[in-house]
Amino acid sequence: MSPSLATTPPAPPAEPVYNPRNYLNAEAGIASWLLTRDHKRIGIMYFVGTTMAFALGGLFAMLIRIELLTPGPTIMSAMSYNRMFTLHGVVMIFIFMIPAIPGIFGNFLLPIMVGARDVAFPKLNLLSFYLWAAGAIIALYGMIHGGADTGWTFYTPYSTTTVTKVVPILLGAFVIGFSSILTGLNFIVTTHTLRAPGISWMKMPLFVWSIYATSVIQILATPVLGITLLLVAFEHAFGWGVFDPALGGDPILFQHMFWFYSHPAVYIMVLPAMAVISEVIQAAARKNIFGYRAVAFSSLGIAFVGFFTWGHHMFTSGQSTLDAGVFGVLSMFVGIFTAIKVFNWTATLYKGAVRFTTPFAYFLGFMFFLVFGGMTGIALATVSLDVHWQDTYFVVAHFHFIMVGGVIMAWLAAIHYWWPKMFGRLYSEGWGLVSAVLIILGFNATFIPQFLLGNSGMPRRYYSYPERFWPLNVASTAGASLLAFGFAIIAIYLAISLKWGKVAGPNPWGSRGYEWGTLSPPPPENFLEQPVFDRPPHDYSEELPGMEVTHAT
Amino acid sequence: MNEFMRKLLFLPEEGSAYAAEVDRLHFFVITVTMISATMVALATLYFFVKYKRKSETQATPRVEPKAIHEILFIGVPLGFFLLWFAIGFPLFVKLQNPPKDAMDVYVQAKKWMWKFSYPGGPNGTDVLRVPAGRPVRLLITSRDVIHSFFVPDLRLKQDAVPGRYAQTWFTASRPGRHQVLCAEYCGIGHSAMLAEVVAMDPVSFDAWLAEARRSSVPSAQDWPGEGADPRATLPEQGRRLAAEYGCFKCHTVDGTRHIGPTWLDLYRKSEKLEDGSTVIADEAYLTESIMDPAARIVAGYQNNMPTFQGRIPAPEIAAIVEFIKTLRTDAVHPEPSKGPVYVPVTGYDPTRASR
Amino acid sequence: MQPEAYVAHHFPNLRQQEHAARLGMWLFLATEILLFSGLFTGYSVYRFLYSEGFEQASRLLNTTLGTVNTLVLITSSLTVAMAHHFSHQGRGKTAAVLLFVTLLFAAAFLVIKGFEWTSDFHEGLLPGRFFTSTEVSATGGPMFFTLYFLMTGLHGIHVIVGMVVLCVLMIQCWIGKYDHGYATPVELGGMYWHLVDLVWIFLYPLLYLI
Repeated sequence: MSPSLATTPPAPPAEPVYNPRNYLNAEAGIASWLLTRDHKRIGIMYFVGTTMAFALGGLFAMLIRIELLTPGPTIMSAMSYNRMFTLHGVVMIFIFMIPAIPGIFGNFLLPIMVGARDVAFPKLNLLSFYLWAAGAIIALYGMIHGGADTGWTFYTPYSTTTVTKVVPILLGAFVIGFSSILTGLNFIVTTHTLRAPGISWMKMPLFVWSIYATSVIQILATPVLGITLLLVAFEHAFGWGVFDPALGGDPILFQHMFWFYSHPAVYIMVLPAMAVISEVIQAAARKNIFGYRAVAFSSLGIAFVGFFTWGHHMFTSGQSTLDAGVFGVLSMFVGIFTAIKVFNWTATLYKGAVRFTTPFAYFLGFMFFLVFGGMTGIALATVSLDVHWQDTYFVVAHFHFIMVGGVIMAWLAAIHYWWPKMFGRLYSEGWGLVSAVLIILGFNATFIPQFLLGNSGMPRRYYSYPERFWPLNVASTAGASLLAFGFAIIAIYLAISLKWGKVAGPNPWGSRGYEWGTLSPPPPENFLEQPVFDRPPHDYSEELPGMEVTHAT
Repeated sequence: MNEFMRKLLFLPEEGSAYAAEVDRLHFFVITVTMISATMVALATLYFFVKYKRKSETQATPRVEPKAIHEILFIGVPLGFFLLWFAIGFPLFVKLQNPPKDAMDVYVQAKKWMWKFSYPGGPNGTDVLRVPAGRPVRLLITSRDVIHSFFVPDLRLKQDAVPGRYAQTWFTASRPGRHQVLCAEYCGIGHSAMLAEVVAMDPVSFDAWLAEARRSSVPSAQDWPGEGADPRATLPEQGRRLAAEYGCFKCHTVDGTRHIGPTWLDLYRKSEKLEDGSTVIADEAYLTESIMDPAARIVAGYQNNMPTFQGRIPAPEIAAIVEFIKTLRTDAVHPEPSKGPVYVPVTGYDPTRASR
Repeated sequence: MQPEAYVAHHFPNLRQQEHAARLGMWLFLATEILLFSGLFTGYSVYRFLYSEGFEQASRLLNTTLGTVNTLVLITSSLTVAMAHHFSHQGRGKTAAVLLFVTLLFAAAFLVIKGFEWTSDFHEGLLPGRFFTSTEVSATGGPMFFTLYFLMTGLHGIHVIVGMVVLCVLMIQCWIGKYDHGYATPVELGGMYWHLVDLVWIFLYPLLYLI
């Protein structure tokens, strides 16, 4: 039963049906999973893997916050603390956040959304996953042997002279970089060459546009990170000083090369989040996006302009005044593309038909935190304000607002929105809303104090701190505990729903995104019959009885 | 209003006029940010209430944006962003261009302390004394890894990068104390690498500077007691005693090998003994060497040193050991600092680096 | 074999699949260029800072061997292009022989490079803190050689990888796998080899000539 979007299909069955032959059960046995070429199974494997990485990174975060409960030593030594924040950053950025939404939802949904049967290079896709796993294991090996203490930014000469195990961490990140490149390559070729008849570029789901922009950044920026980390590894292991001042090297060159990747990297993290939000808002509001072209092209705009702003991480490092000016002004422009999206998402609600659901709750959180966090980014880009805030908790709060308040909210929205499609089951909406509230409150309690800590002058990566920073640190740790609690609840009710959740049917949300036109869970070939796409996605301007909700929640 | 915003945002005191200007921009930006975020939230809430879903089959119109919408959505934010940049960047340029009559101070960061030296002397550690109301230019570098000189009260920050000098400047508005923190991660001691800027009224500052230059003891300005007699310090006594007891007949203080091992960098050095083992030259070993020199002799030296057992009382041995401890190649000297001590590539002059 | 047999289940036809394969390879080559660009950037920065030192150091390299290597690699690009041409015509054995010649040239390149490197080691021209030569009086000698070994080393790794790929293609050509209906892998392998050549064409003047 794969309804075409062109004609009025027959009335749906009374009870929603769980697709009996789906990608999860079509082949059994561990080998069928480990050697799969099915993009959906690969997506699920990323889901399991990256969620484990998230739990590990979250554990490090909790340990950091507990240590910061008192101004002096609390539960660990300074050396351990320094490793803790380094590994928190490395795990969260490289092993969790960069692969997560593209790896899980990009893999699962992109082919379905363009009407294809798989990505362009399925075997390469599997290789991408194994490269991710290999990189994670190499980094894990490094962590078990103490891990690095350099901060995830690996600034030289500290990173090239420290005694800790920097090299396995660098190599792990290097290998994961390959995974990132190959995934991006796969998605770009899929988008160019596998779109089904009827899906032109201007009729693609906005999710695909954003993932495409992400992939462009991935293939262009990640190799530069690769070579930079390799140089640091060589210098640390062999003393071939490219960045060592005693050998004529320049530590600032490292910073330029590192941030040339790592600034676009933040867009690799946020663009997939924006991809999700575009889909969720259209479904929740039962309305087409306000300004399709603007939202589609702003993704490309972010990808392009984002390559020219890296120097705003280096305003106090001693680069020239001219550099500072150029990077500052360009950073203002990159912010505009996000502003366009925010306004267009909000305007999508106008004349819509909005229903409050768990994905919508995460959408609300996302919007507020992205606007606030994004504008603190603009504030940082005014250069002179950054002189005070650079390397303080203000910056930490800013990027956590975007990465947790933005990307994690979108990740949770994606999980809750597509859970019925991926697993054919519904979770408890009540518990969904409860945990969304906990997460949003916990998030505020954790990170708003950190803005204030930055204002009052607390630098980042501080193991001990002057007493006047004590109360705000306690508040932040309390919030973090609430966050952790919220995540735990989510994990529980989602796991329960896998076995005992109500059957979802093909389209519990009544969404007109293309992926909702197939069964839940999808069959291995994605569609039972070749679907016809003659109307744009999320077009709710006509009543189509056959495309509606199959199970009222 | 200014004070209210400053306290609301947990900002520290404004130790300079520049800090006050930075804060004004900050308040402008944060106010507009909070208002916009609230407006977005309210708009969302309003739409959510007004356009609640009535039925699961409800159709919605295709609303296409008009040009005016996109122009507003782009123009208004861009206008604000560029305005803030137009205010903030010239302020930054001001920070990059010290006035010509600024007083210079060299700042050298090393794990995990700050060293300050005035051209013409003196130099010391962790306390930077400056005259209030006069501009001070800081020339900042690092001995080892990247550090960052951060004074929250002055809204001032500049990275200390090895291999080059960076400059920044400030004018403290009034006498007071301002904490200095290291803002670039540099290892275990990163959060302990604190210092203080002590702004003094100009008259007291001039008097202090003259007194400090007259004094021949390096650590005078670090002592908390303002009127401490410099000649009472242990290292100074130790130097006198070492001369009186004839130590300098066999031990040099400048690194030259003589009849006995040189005292330069001797403290805590890992010495190889003539029997092949190594020992760390700590207080215990140094004391033992004075009392029982033949017990553990450094490889390559003869057993020539007489014992001073019974000839030197314990407090005097302590003074000599304390003197030995000050004899480090990177020790504080009463003369002006000669700059970083790491060995650069031949001919590489960090002060020439233009970036 | 019929061309249709090569079409994967998710592609509607062979032409689209080949288009996808070529696009994928071009994107991959772009990433390789960016990988080297980091080293080229470092080279440019330090060349600007230490122009005299770099000039002096560059003179210590064996320009003759470098030129020979350049000619060797350019010729190998020609033979690999010819191999693709013949494989596309269905003349698999000729294609395989040409690929073998390409491999010989590649091996020659590596051997000559090996000679260069060993003689550099003997003269104390080593990277970073291992640099012991006294031939360079201006600052920048160690940095030049650090970059020299990193750039030629990374390039050498890519030559080796390319040789493995060409070896596999050579065997497949010999057993007659490719013809006018389907010779895409040879084309893609050739593209990779051309990139390896192109990178060297940039490395050579930067390191040896200026």
